[in-house]
Amino acid sequence: MKTTTMMALAGALAFAAPAAAETVKIGMVTTLSTGAGYLGEDVRDGFLLAVKEEGGKLGGTDVEVLVEDDGRKPGTGRQIAQRFIERDGVEIMTGVIFSNISPVVWPLAEEAGIFYVTPNSAPSAYAGAGCHEDYFAVAWQNDSLHESVGVLSNDLGHGNAFIMAANYQAGKDAIAGFKRYFKGEIVGELYPALGQTDYAAEIAAIRDAKPAMVYHFLPGGMGINFIKQYAQAGLGGTIPQVLSGAGMESRILGAVGETALNVASTSHWSADFDNEANKAFVAGFEAEYGRLPSVYASQGYDTAKLIASALKATGGKVLEDKDGFRNAMRAADFASVRGEFRFNNNQHPINDWINQVVEKDADGALVLRSKGIVAPALADAYAGECALDWNK
Amino acid sequence: MHLFAEQLLNGIQLGIFLYLVAAGLTLIFGIMGFINLAHGSLFMIGAFLAATLTDVTGSFLGGLVLAVIATGVIGVVAERLILRHLYERDHLDQVLVTFGLILFTNELVVMLAGRAPQFFSTPGWLNGSVEILPGLQYPVYRLAIIAVGAAVALLLYWIIARTRVGMLIRAGSTDRETVEVLGVDIGLIFTALFGVGAMFAGLAGAMAGPLVSVEVGMGEGQLILAFVVVVIGGIGSVHGTLIAALMVGIADTLGRAFVTDVLRLFMAPDTASGMGAGLSSMLIYVLMAIILIARPSGLFPVQTSRH
Amino acid sequence: MTRGHLIAAALCLIALIALPMVLEATGNRYLIGTVTRVFFYAIAAMSLNLILGFGGMISFGHAAYFGVGAYVVGILSFHGAEGIPIFGLPGTENALIAWPLAVLISALAAALIGALALRTTGVYFIMTTLAFAQMLFFLFVSLEQYGGDDGLFMSAGRSEVPLIDIEGRTTFYFVSMICCALFFWFTHALIHSPFGRVLKGIKQNEPRMRALGAPTYTYKLVAFAIAGGGAGLAGVLSANHTEFVSPDILHWTKSGELMIMVILGGLGTLLGPILGAAAFLILEEFLPVIFDMLGLDLLQEHWRIVFGPLLIIVVLMTRSGLHGALFRKRGAS
Repeated sequence: MKTTTMMALAGALAFAAPAAAETVKIGMVTTLSTGAGYLGEDVRDGFLLAVKEEGGKLGGTDVEVLVEDDGRKPGTGRQIAQRFIERDGVEIMTGVIFSNISPVVWPLAEEAGIFYVTPNSAPSAYAGAGCHEDYFAVAWQNDSLHESVGVLSNDLGHGNAFIMAANYQAGKDAIAGFKRYFKGEIVGELYPALGQTDYAAEIAAIRDAKPAMVYHFLPGGMGINFIKQYAQAGLGGTIPQVLSGAGMESRILGAVGETALNVASTSHWSADFDNEANKAFVAGFEAEYGRLPSVYASQGYDTAKLIASALKATGGKVLEDKDGFRNAMRAADFASVRGEFRFNNNQHPINDWINQVVEKDADGALVLRSKGIVAPALADAYAGECALDWNK
Repeated sequence: MHLFAEQLLNGIQLGIFLYLVAAGLTLIFGIMGFINLAHGSLFMIGAFLAATLTDVTGSFLGGLVLAVIATGVIGVVAERLILRHLYERDHLDQVLVTFGLILFTNELVVMLAGRAPQFFSTPGWLNGSVEILPGLQYPVYRLAIIAVGAAVALLLYWIIARTRVGMLIRAGSTDRETVEVLGVDIGLIFTALFGVGAMFAGLAGAMAGPLVSVEVGMGEGQLILAFVVVVIGGIGSVHGTLIAALMVGIADTLGRAFVTDVLRLFMAPDTASGMGAGLSSMLIYVLMAIILIARPSGLFPVQTSRH
Repeated sequence: MTRGHLIAAALCLIALIALPMVLEATGNRYLIGTVTRVFFYAIAAMSLNLILGFGGMISFGHAAYFGVGAYVVGILSFHGAEGIPIFGLPGTENALIAWPLAVLISALAAALIGALALRTTGVYFIMTTLAFAQMLFFLFVSLEQYGGDDGLFMSAGRSEVPLIDIEGRTTFYFVSMICCALFFWFTHALIHSPFGRVLKGIKQNEPRMRALGAPTYTYKLVAFAIAGGGAGLAGVLSANHTEFVSPDILHWTKSGELMIMVILGGLGTLLGPILGAAAFLILEEFLPVIFDMLGLDLLQEHWRIVFGPLLIIVVLMTRSGLHGALFRKRGAS
């Protein structure tokens, strides 16, 4: 028994030996299980598509992408990140989906002195005074998702709103972000518990309050539950929902179907964006995976393309030329599927937020169609507190 | 006042739904003394199958019926292959094996159906609201759940209390040897009973499909709530389960609807909404604690020899 | 104990003391963290085994006390770092205060829940412990000040232990190892004490023990509270290891995992839970790696589909877990 244990251990050690030096290793800590597993799946598939397009390279450099599932558990996320850093020697960490994983993975990356590029979660703690020169957010700063909904709600002429968010930090941030821009009156505000499935009580309260619109931020399955029950209650046609890009994306649309018809939401990307990079991405993604890309897939793809542009600029050097790599990342000289892409001084993007409406296409299939920019060049509220100076 | 009536009705409806989830659990627990954590997995399987089969058959009712039957078959297969070996073993083994089944089923569903939440179409006639009292609109689908739950409750009561099978079941749960002496294959009855329990789980899942996100792990939260219901009601008591389910449903809904408003009367709105949400999510557990202090075997304990 | 046992124990001890240096030298530092996790999960499993294996109480909410211990450390550290008083007292990062307090509060939580749950038996007991653990889970989810669902990052780092700095991972490895060894010694002593004998008697035949005049409820409650304290100690180490606490460590599936560790290792044996915790964590970490090495890509991603049935087989096929498989021939325990 002891001998076999030792042999197994020896096998594990041999496997763990560092690989050849030319390949840049990228560690992806992402969420592939639980009900929210599809978010990580799309980010991963988008990212790997970009690698595949170049035949295993990014920006001309061989890359090895290590993907592991954090199960949305911080403890697991930390284990994986530590393994990536110490066993595999990754130079770039990416993949984090949820805001309860960022605060365990990012400090490890910071301590190890490697780059951290988040394709999704970007909490306010790392956008203001807590910003860092090696921390890059590709998708957004979390709040802007919801700030843009505030802007859109004004544009749509809604004088008052009933607002609702899951009872956790990101939910509170969402409500704060919405209120920051919304000019109308708030006629009701509710915080259902995370993971709640039944919304009859909340829907009754909404019916009672008779608001002009409803805005809600209920992540993953919660939002699907609510949208379905809202439609069942017959309110879908009378009190419109105005949602964030996280509340209405293609996978959620796929789950709720026709009940989402005419729902307006904001997004920084849409599958129908008319630029070359996006057309190639959407076609390539469909060919590779047999499904349409979601906004998360676009974020994974953009993350890979951004890294590719920096690798190209430094000739494949990451940690050997940290300044060079960082400057190239800041320059963001790549063809984003969003069209233009640029970072603010806190290394979070300044996005153009569009209005996106659920419509039927010529074949009767439901699609998210872009309806023009509502919040152009929306900088997040925290950048001013970030002390990063790019010219140093 | 309308709002209160509507919320009360919502509570009753949630209670009936919880009863649907808990009915199979209490049947298998109460009569066979078997603790089945994978009940939540059967709930999930029912929802996934109903989503797919509704799509294939183009009919909600067709999909529902087929999904319920298929879940029952899956339950019977699981019982024959694995679970029946556990009847004579202690609860701990039952908990662990069915826990392993949860891990297995979740991953299998991911492999077969993918990670994205499934689409579930409901027919138009079940959408929308009707006016059940002047000025009180209520969703048709939720009324349908109440109807199905009531039907299941009546059916279960009739089977257990009035039929020969029910008598055998009641005898089997208390005195296995006597029944076997009578020449009845109790093993077969248990298999059938497990199948029926699985069908109830599948029915609850399929009925939930149009209202909730059909996703991996969707049954686990329901499982815990069903446990609370069964513990409050008294394990194996069919009417106890119904009453407990209604209590939990009403407490939970009214908590969510009014606790925050009550708190707002004497604290800042922000604190009130945060605290209200926390309090209302713990409310049913507090309810359970209070009931267990008064009655450690639930409200309607059943006398059996197997637990 | 025979001479053979002593030699084996000494060898194991030497191996465990040398392990960090070996791992460091072979470029596998990250595995030090894995073994550290084994230590504190072993404590949690041993504490559960006290009531599960020796006391016959099937508690399905043990992760709750693990979580309470972790949160006490996290919350005290938070108040210490932010300089905000808690209940009028300052927070602290001092291990000498925070750790015993955490263990005490975990034991207290277990005593409160146990006092209620132990009024019930059988399936009721299983489900009552589960439901109360779930209540604590929701409690921590709703504690906004401490991050709610997102959890609480211990910005001040690990606790301050006098004379040594546990920020270093090798130091923390040894601290966890010592805690694990001490807890092992404690359970050993407890089981062989008169208290332990009564506990085992209750498991075998409670009415008989009661007839003999033992206040069985009190005995069970004390055991339940001690087990809660043990889980709290594991939680203390877990919080210090991750420097982060979040409600997911109280999740009911964690309680299930702890039960699996106990069964896997060998129910009602002293060494079993340690073996079980090691096997579980190593399997969890290396199953995907093994599938990767074998070129089974599909199973690498979906390793849980093998993990679940593996657990079922272990439960169905073995009566005494790894402990039985390792020590059966010599008939020792």
